Amino acid sequence: MSAINVSPRTNAPSAADAPQKFRRNGRRRFGADAAALAIAVVVAFPLFWMVLSALKPKTALDAGDAAPFTLEPSLESFGRVLAVNNFGQYFLNSVIVALAVVVISTILAFLAAVALTRYNFKMRTKLLIIILVSQMVPVEALTIPLFFLLRNAGEAIPLVGLNQLGSLVLVHVGFSIPFAIWMLRGFVAAVPVEIEEAARLDGASSFRFVRSILFPLVAPGVVACSVFSFISTWNDFLFAKTFIISAQENQTLPMALLTFFKPDQNDWGAIMAGSVIMTIPVLIFFIAVQRKLVSGLAGAVKG
Amino acid sequence: MTALAPLQAESPRGNNSTRPSGTPTADSRPVRRSKVKRGLEPWLYLAPAFIVLIALLGYPIFQLINVSLYDYRQAQVSGKAPLRFTGLENYQKLFADPQFWTVLGNTVMFAAACVVLTLLVGSTLAVLATRLRPWVRSTLFIVSLGAWATPAVTGSAVWLFLFDPTLGLVNKTLVSIGLTQFAGHSWTYDKWSGFGLVASEVVWCSFPFVLVTVYAGIQAISTEVIEAARIDGATMPRIARSIMLPMLRPIVIVVTIQSIIWNFKIFSQIYIMTNGGGIAGQNLVLNVYGYQQAFAASLYGLGSALGVIMTALLMAITLVYLRILKRTGEAL
Repeated sequence: MSAINVSPRTNAPSAADAPQKFRRNGRRRFGADAAALAIAVVVAFPLFWMVLSALKPKTALDAGDAAPFTLEPSLESFGRVLAVNNFGQYFLNSVIVALAVVVISTILAFLAAVALTRYNFKMRTKLLIIILVSQMVPVEALTIPLFFLLRNAGEAIPLVGLNQLGSLVLVHVGFSIPFAIWMLRGFVAAVPVEIEEAARLDGASSFRFVRSILFPLVAPGVVACSVFSFISTWNDFLFAKTFIISAQENQTLPMALLTFFKPDQNDWGAIMAGSVIMTIPVLIFFIAVQRKLVSGLAGAVKG
Repeated sequence: MTALAPLQAESPRGNNSTRPSGTPTADSRPVRRSKVKRGLEPWLYLAPAFIVLIALLGYPIFQLINVSLYDYRQAQVSGKAPLRFTGLENYQKLFADPQFWTVLGNTVMFAAACVVLTLLVGSTLAVLATRLRPWVRSTLFIVSLGAWATPAVTGSAVWLFLFDPTLGLVNKTLVSIGLTQFAGHSWTYDKWSGFGLVASEVVWCSFPFVLVTVYAGIQAISTEVIEAARIDGATMPRIARSIMLPMLRPIVIVVTIQSIIWNFKIFSQIYIMTNGGGIAGQNLVLNVYGYQQAFAASLYGLGSALGVIMTALLMAITLVYLRILKRTGEAL
């Protein structure tokens, strides 16, 4: 499967050529392969166990069934998750928040990346350092001031107050932007300046160029960076827990999943089914963009 | 996800790490720079993002410091008691509290263990990956991406289930091979086995980042260099030590510092797997401790002081990071 092509250079040998670099005799190679497969099994096991347990009937789980297979797969755990606790609503809330964050933060970050890469102005380097540093801020520590900020904001604009999905969108946009700028910077810089000059000669305004030429050209990078915003928003449970206090109908998936945790009588079937529901969208996103993701990480900056 | 950021800045090839990042070729940037200079225009593009950043990062950081200087509890929040400026009293309280030092020690030890294990597993597998048949390597990468993509909440849930005292697969297996003392054994009861369990989950979901990055770094070392060394009679270990390691240095630095920052900030896994910090708070780390002080004990001032300490520590690490980036010749 050629999916993981991690060559950081466009002219780099493809992953398949690599072993020639470290040519080994057959037996040692077999040993490495066997070890890698064993490790792959270990790494995959928790995910496998999650899906399997979600499909096992409740009676089997409660009896402590440890078999690595099930003869009577059932969707009853999924049924229980969706029926109890309004899981569908929470799923929808998570999707709404994540999509809103992706759209807003990507647009803002793209515009900022344009300014930071295609213009030369005094504060440029300083701003880049600020952006780098702001990625390191422990966001968990900011829950306290943000809690009060949102409480006060809610009095002026109810949409972004506590207990509203808007509050989650707002904080996640704030936390996604620095990384999105950092990542998009490389993609925006890779567009040759000649294209910009040509557009200008043809009479395009600066904004017209950014909107109609630059944006389509860096779209792959935009997609890759949107995944990160999506995932960090989708996975968050801290802000959901802190800001959505009383309005249960506005809760998101991670918190809903945690409601299945009960001391000494965890409904593991439901927890695993909920976990599957929560993991699948992220996996799809990851797989859909992993090629761009990896090349983006390793140096898609080089165009 | 911030952990991935600075890779962009880091050129995977050792020989061009002095070039400014983000440039397709070395000569195109000066041209671009000198021509495009149009006063206010960049600020128009920057404004929306920076307004959001100031409102949601800058101002809260200022407020965090501010609140940490007050005696700020539930009564003050609801306006029943007057707000009292106490200066550094919250910090004095913390520094005099043995629990704070225990938590700080926990945080450092836990983060250090996670960093070392993640790097070890990730880079070992990256080296191993270069010697695999393509389909085996792809399998390894896909599976690793799966672990990477798993949300912290669901990852924690699955690992908890695997290590559940009565219904967990691990205990059942241990009992079935004769280790009967593991029947009903709680892995989170003991402080260190609790940390060990959380660390396993953390390593499981964060080694793929190291694997993918270091593997990309190894791939980027040009084949000619290694071929030349081989022709000169260098053995494989010698090539690894004298050629590959120095060329991988920039990547290894980035990955290490990212891991430090990342693991220092771990919240979800500890919070979920040890049920908010373990029995009598034995598994607390700074982040969770600060959160509990603020939102469970309603000591907002004290919680903010912890947040400030946490932020200061991370900023110190970041400064070291920036300095190293600078020394390796990386331009912003």
